[in-house]
Amino acid sequence: MQMRTIEIVVGAFMLAGLISLGILATRMSGFNVDSESNTYSLYANFENIGGLVVRSKVSIAGVHVGQVAAITYNKDNYDARVRMEIDASVDNITTDSTASILTEGLLGGKYVGLSMGAEEDYLGGGDEITDTQSAIVLEELIGQFLLNKF
Amino acid sequence: MLARLRSLGRSSLEVFATLGRAGRLWWHAIVHKPTRDSASLVIRQVYQLGVLSVVIIVLSGFSIGAVLALQGYNQLVKYGSESALGLGVALVLVMEIGPVVSALLFAGRAGSAVTAEIGLMKATEQLSSMEMMGVDPLHRVVSPRLWAGFITLPLLAVMFSVVGIWGAAVIGVEWLGVYEGAFWATMQDGVDFVRHVLKGIIKSVVFGLVITWIAVFEGYDSEPTSEGISAATTKTVVFSSVAVLTLDFFLTMIMFNW
Amino acid sequence: MPEDLVRLENIVFRRGRKTIFDGLSVTVPVGKTVAFMGPSGTGKTTLLKLIGGQLTPDSGKVIVRGRDISQMSRAELFSVRRDMGMLFQSGALFTDLTVFENVAFPLRIHTDLSDDLIRDLVLIKLHAVGLRGASSLNPAELSGGMQRRIALARAMALDPSLIMYDEPFTGLDPIAMGVIVQLIRRVADVYRTTSIIVSHDIEETAGIADYIYLISDGRLIGEGEPGFLREDKSPRVRQFMDGLPDGPVPFHYPAPDFEEELMSEDREIGWFRFD
Repeated sequence: MQMRTIEIVVGAFMLAGLISLGILATRMSGFNVDSESNTYSLYANFENIGGLVVRSKVSIAGVHVGQVAAITYNKDNYDARVRMEIDASVDNITTDSTASILTEGLLGGKYVGLSMGAEEDYLGGGDEITDTQSAIVLEELIGQFLLNKF
Repeated sequence: MLARLRSLGRSSLEVFATLGRAGRLWWHAIVHKPTRDSASLVIRQVYQLGVLSVVIIVLSGFSIGAVLALQGYNQLVKYGSESALGLGVALVLVMEIGPVVSALLFAGRAGSAVTAEIGLMKATEQLSSMEMMGVDPLHRVVSPRLWAGFITLPLLAVMFSVVGIWGAAVIGVEWLGVYEGAFWATMQDGVDFVRHVLKGIIKSVVFGLVITWIAVFEGYDSEPTSEGISAATTKTVVFSSVAVLTLDFFLTMIMFNW
Repeated sequence: MPEDLVRLENIVFRRGRKTIFDGLSVTVPVGKTVAFMGPSGTGKTTLLKLIGGQLTPDSGKVIVRGRDISQMSRAELFSVRRDMGMLFQSGALFTDLTVFENVAFPLRIHTDLSDDLIRDLVLIKLHAVGLRGASSLNPAELSGGMQRRIALARAMALDPSLIMYDEPFTGLDPIAMGVIVQLIRRVADVYRTTSIIVSHDIEETAGIADYIYLISDGRLIGEGEPGFLREDKSPRVRQFMDGLPDGPVPFHYPAPDFEEELMSEDREIGWFRFD
C-alpha cells in the first residue's frame, strides 16, 4: 500500500482513539480534574464525620460546588477537622452558613451540604464554618429511638 | 541429586541470561537518536499493529459490553436498581475488562505477527544484511514496533471501552428498557476520570509496553528456522497473556488506594 | 594501500562446545577473487561474518585494511562495512520494500544524495543486473535467481571495494547460475572489486576464483590456484575435489560396531527426544 494511504489511515486511527478518549471523559465520566488555583479552602469541625472521605462531594442546594480535600483528627477538641476546596466562582457563602454531613439516597455515600444563613458577610479562603451538624449514625439513631420509647 | 541441582542451576542461569538479553535489547532499541525516517517507520507499525486490530477490538468490545448488560441487568433488576446498569458496566469495562481483554486480543493479533515477522527477517538473513549495511536492526526494526505498541494499545483499549459501553447501552436502553437518562446520569456521576478511567489507561500503557517487548524479543531471539519461529510465536502469546493477567493483579493492587 | 585487503591470523572460533575454526590463517589480496571451499557445516558463512565484524573470534585477529576489526569502535566498524558489500545466500532482500527501495536502501542510509540522483544510480545498478524492469515489484514476486541478482545490485550500490558472496550458486537453475557466474566475473573485472566467494560448487567457483582455500574441520587442508588444487594429491583435497563418498570425511556417522548393535540385548531405539 502507498505510504500516503497508510498515513491517512493511521491519522484516522489516532483521531478515533482520541475521540473515544474524549467521549469517555465527557459523556461517560464526571470529568473534574480540579486545579488548585480555581478553588479556595474552607474549614469545618464535626463531632462525627460518619463515612465522609477525601474527594467526597460538597454541595449547596444539591449542586456540586467543591470537594473534601483533607480530613484530620483535631486533638484539642476531640473532633474531626475537614478541609473543603470550594469552587472560586462560589464566593458568596455567608459567615453564618451551616455545614452538615448528609447521605446520598438511603445507602449512598456521604457528602457535605452547605446551607446559607442571613449574614451580609461572606467567607473567604481559610475561614471556618462554625455551625456544623455531624453525620447521622444509624446505630445512634436506633439507640435514641429505643430510649425514647421506654 | 547433584545432576538435578545442576540442571536447576543451569536453567535459572538461562532465565537470568534471557532477561538480561531482553533488557539490553529494550534499552538499545529505545535509546538512540531518531533518524529522518523514524517517524514513517513508526507510522507504518501503528498501521500494522493498531489499524489492523481495530475490527477485532470493536467486535469484541461490543459483544462484551452487550453481555455485561444482559448479565448485569438480571442481577440488578432483583433489587430494583437497574438504573445503575450503566455505572456498573462502565466501571468494569473502563478499569478491568477494557485494558485486559484488549491486551489479550492485541497479544494474539499483533504480538504474534510481530514475532513471526522479526523471526522471519532473522531466518532470511535480512537482519544480518541490515547490519552489514551499517544499519542497526534494533533501531530500524525493533524500535518502531516498540513505540507503535506503546502508542496503539492504550488507544485500542479506550476504543474497546467506549464501544463496550455503547453495546451495553444498546442492549440495556433499547432492548431491556432501562430509563435512558438514569443509565447515563448514574454513569457520569459514578465514573471518575482520574480515579477510574486514568487507572485503566495506565494499565493499558504498561500492557502495550510489555506485550510488544515480549513479541519483539521472542522474534529477535528466535531460532532462525521454521520450528524456531513457530515456537517463538507460541511463546509470545503465552508469555504476554500470562504477563498481562499477573501484571493486572499487581497494578490493581498498587493503584487500589489511589 | 596495504597489499592484503583482508588477513585472518590464527583464528579460533567456538560456538558452544563445538570448535568451528581452530587456528585458521588466510589472506585476501587486493583486487583478487578468493574462494573458500569445503564441505557443508565447516563454518564458511561464519568466516564471512568474522570478516564483516558481525562475530568476534575467541582468539586471533581479523585484519581489514591493516586494522584489527575487533578493536574498532562501532562507528569505525560501520564505516568499514560501508566499503563491503555482502551477498547473502537467501538474498536477504527486505520483504517490506520494493525492489527499487531495496537497492536504494544503502544509498539512503550512507549518503545525502538527492532523490533524483538516487533514482538514477539505482536504475544504473538494476540495469547492470538486467532487472531494471522489475524495479516496482516486491521481492516476493521474483524467482530465487532474480532475487539474488537484485541482492547483488544492492551489494554494489555503494561501489564497495570488497564484495563477499555467500553460496552464490546454490539452488539455481543452469540459466540463472550462468547469469550469476557472469555477473560476479564482470563485477570483479570491470570494477576491480576484491571478491570473496564461499561455496561448495567446485566447477563454477574454480572457473572464477584466482585462489582457493579448502577448509575442513576448522583447518586449512589445502590452498592454491584452481589448476594447482586439481593436481593436489592429499586424500582430503582429493575427496572434496573429486566428490568421493567415503574417505577422510567418513560416510558413516560415528556409531557403535554394526554387528554388535544388531545382536545387542538392548532393543530400545530412542524415537523421541526431549531437549
